[in-house]
Amino acid sequence: MATSIESSQTTLSNDEILRYSRHLIMPEVNMEGQKKLKAAHVLCVGTGGLGSPLALYLAAAGVGTLGLVDFDVVDYTNLQRQVLHHTSDVGRLKLDSAIDKLKAINPFVHIERFDTYLNSSNALSIIDGFDIVADGTDNFATRYLVNDACVLSGKPNVYASIFRFEGQASIFGAKDGPCYRCLYPEPPPPGLVPSCAEGGVLGVLPGLLGVIQATEVIKLILGVGEPLIGRLVLVDALAMRFREVRVRKNPECPVCGVNPTMKELIDYEQFCGVRGEDSVLAASTKIPEVQPEELKRRLDAGEDIFVLDVREPHEYQICNIKGNLIPLGDLPKRVHELDSSREIVVHCKSGARSAKAVDFLRQSGFKRVSNLTGGILAWAERVDTSLPRY
Amino acid sequence: MPIKILIPTPLRPYAGSKSIIEVNAQTVGEALGDLVTRHPDLRKHLFSEDGKLRSFVNVYLNDEDIRYLSKDATPVKETDTISIVPSVAGGR
Repeated sequence: MATSIESSQTTLSNDEILRYSRHLIMPEVNMEGQKKLKAAHVLCVGTGGLGSPLALYLAAAGVGTLGLVDFDVVDYTNLQRQVLHHTSDVGRLKLDSAIDKLKAINPFVHIERFDTYLNSSNALSIIDGFDIVADGTDNFATRYLVNDACVLSGKPNVYASIFRFEGQASIFGAKDGPCYRCLYPEPPPPGLVPSCAEGGVLGVLPGLLGVIQATEVIKLILGVGEPLIGRLVLVDALAMRFREVRVRKNPECPVCGVNPTMKELIDYEQFCGVRGEDSVLAASTKIPEVQPEELKRRLDAGEDIFVLDVREPHEYQICNIKGNLIPLGDLPKRVHELDSSREIVVHCKSGARSAKAVDFLRQSGFKRVSNLTGGILAWAERVDTSLPRY
Repeated sequence: MPIKILIPTPLRPYAGSKSIIEVNAQTVGEALGDLVTRHPDLRKHLFSEDGKLRSFVNVYLNDEDIRYLSKDATPVKETDTISIVPSVAGGR
């Protein structure tokens, strides 16, 4: 196994012995294991949905040094699942909020803060000080970055990801084990796989998966049990089914294969097409936009404008501006319901889906169609502040 | 022969909201072909324009990745289950 923690110089005080007594009386942990936990350095990338339960349990278990990487600020939509952060923390840095809670749970834990977005220029130096990395990030670019940085540094990457009611967990980059690129050689093109912000996530799901990560981190430190190496656990919370599939080490993997071609970190935004997609969309389609204030003024003036809402029915129930609802996915088969002679303004939650709808309608021959800039969120911020935001 | 395919959450909107779909096939390739014939909206999510399985969508026969079996040509038995496991990145 990859991790061997040097703990011969570590001692536990009487207070610590009392605190960890339920560990100490188990032969699988005992004094030696608890000293290993204290000597261990674990880096949690992200203190959000996965990072919350992960860091809470690692701190409680007595992992001696926890590194936290985050740049984000707590907002109200985080509180449904990011249990490190309380209502009174909204507006604070997640790092500050997280450190308060972790110190309150276990003052013996030493915390290293990294108030930054993990990127190709800082990842290797940050990871260098740690034995194990736990990836609780939320986008493909950072997932591949964490993977490659862990493989290049020889550090195991305890991984989980979530979507709606489903999660995946594994350990990548362990000695002789596969890496994330062995599982998924390439990321999906931007826009094809929705994020949690777009697709939603059951609040307890990151709890389930983050606790799986914490369990695997602790097992790696202790050197006990069967680590989740070479296996991908699939959790379906709706069916409450746990399955697993094999993850093979790909001999042709560009980063961990027999003849690796990647010897250093790359530009992950470019690799994941994030930058390319934005510029292609902006340059090639030039989607006509209308600002919320402008739409409001023209509607108030009684102009004949057909407002098309391309969100989902359950989003319409949360809030709406009395638009005509046709979800984006239904648009191709319901396009005949629209009158191409009328002016159409399309909106969604924040403007991305409606931009696709405008693009589709223009390709279908509609001439007078534009996109509401910033979607209903911008409308709620700038025109009607009584609307709920979600 | 009839064989079960497990559909993951992100793809269910394109598969009539179903989590399990039974298809008729002798091989994994035939099973996926039958699946996208029954649910054409799934096609672009599983296959690129040249008809290849997308690199961020993994297909397993029971617990084994078909890339390490005989890929599309892998024969199936009635007791087998095919799983489609796309990559997801969420975590916050």
